[in-house]
Amino acid sequence: MEVPILKQRDVLIATFQAALSDADLSQLRSGLLQQVIRFRSRGVIVDVTAMDVLDSFASRTLREIAHMIRLRGAETVIVGIQPEVAFAMVQLGLTLQGVATALDLEEGLAYLNQKFEKVQ
Amino acid sequence: MSYGEIQVAINSDQDIILARQRGRALATQLGFAHCDTTLIATAISELARNIVSYARSGEITLKAVNGGNRQGLAIIASDRGPGIPDVPQALRDGFSTSGSLGMGLPGVRRLMDEFEITSQPGQGTTVVTKKWKH
Repeated sequence: MEVPILKQRDVLIATFQAALSDADLSQLRSGLLQQVIRFRSRGVIVDVTAMDVLDSFASRTLREIAHMIRLRGAETVIVGIQPEVAFAMVQLGLTLQGVATALDLEEGLAYLNQKFEKVQ
Repeated sequence: MSYGEIQVAINSDQDIILARQRGRALATQLGFAHCDTTLIATAISELARNIVSYARSGEITLKAVNGGNRQGLAIIASDRGPGIPDVPQALRDGFSTSGSLGMGLPGVRRLMDEFEITSQPGQGTTVVTKKWKH
C-alpha cells in the first residue's frame, strides 16, 4: 500500500492509512529515512489520524522511525493518535517513550517550527 | 439474534489486519461502544501477531457470547505451534521469548474482561478471551 509523503519546505509529511500491514510499515520506515536523506529534511510529521489500531508492532515501528530520523539530525513528531487508540496503547503498555507527539498536523508543524527556531 | 462464528485463518501479516477488521465489524454489530471496538480490534491484532510470530499459522475465531443477562464477544486464538513452556512467566509484563515485543499476553489480558490460556509444549496454544458489553 502506498503512503503519500508530502514535502513542504524542510518538512516531510507522511499520512498513514488505516490498514497497513507489517510489511507496509517496515517499508515505510526505510522509505521515510531515504526521503529525509534525499531532501535534507529537518523535520518529519507522521500523521496516524486514520489508523484505527496501533498495536505493538506499529508502535515499535513508529518509535524506530523517530529514533532513526533523530540520528540523522532531524526531528519527528507523530500526530493524530485517536483517543481510543491511545487508551488501547496504554493498556498494552505502549507509551512511545522518547517520541514527540502532537494533537494534529497544525500542532505538529508548530512543534517543529519551534524546534527549528531554537537551533537557528 | 444469532451471529454465528467467524473464523479467520492466520498465516501472514495480512491476515492480522483481516482478523481485526472482522472483529471490529462483529463488535460494532453487537452494539459495543466505539472505544471498546478499538480495544477488541487491538487485542485481536496482538493475538494474531503472536500466532504469526511464534506458531506461523493458526486461527482466530470470533463469536457472540451470552453470560447471564449480558452480551459479549469472545476471541479464540489457537495454533499448533511450539506452545509456551512457562505460562505464568509469559503472562508477566516484559517477558518475551522472541526478544522483541513481550507485552502481547499481559496487554491483551488488560484490554479484555476475561482471559484464559491453555498451552502444551509441542502441541500448541489456545487463548480464549472475552469482553462484555457495559
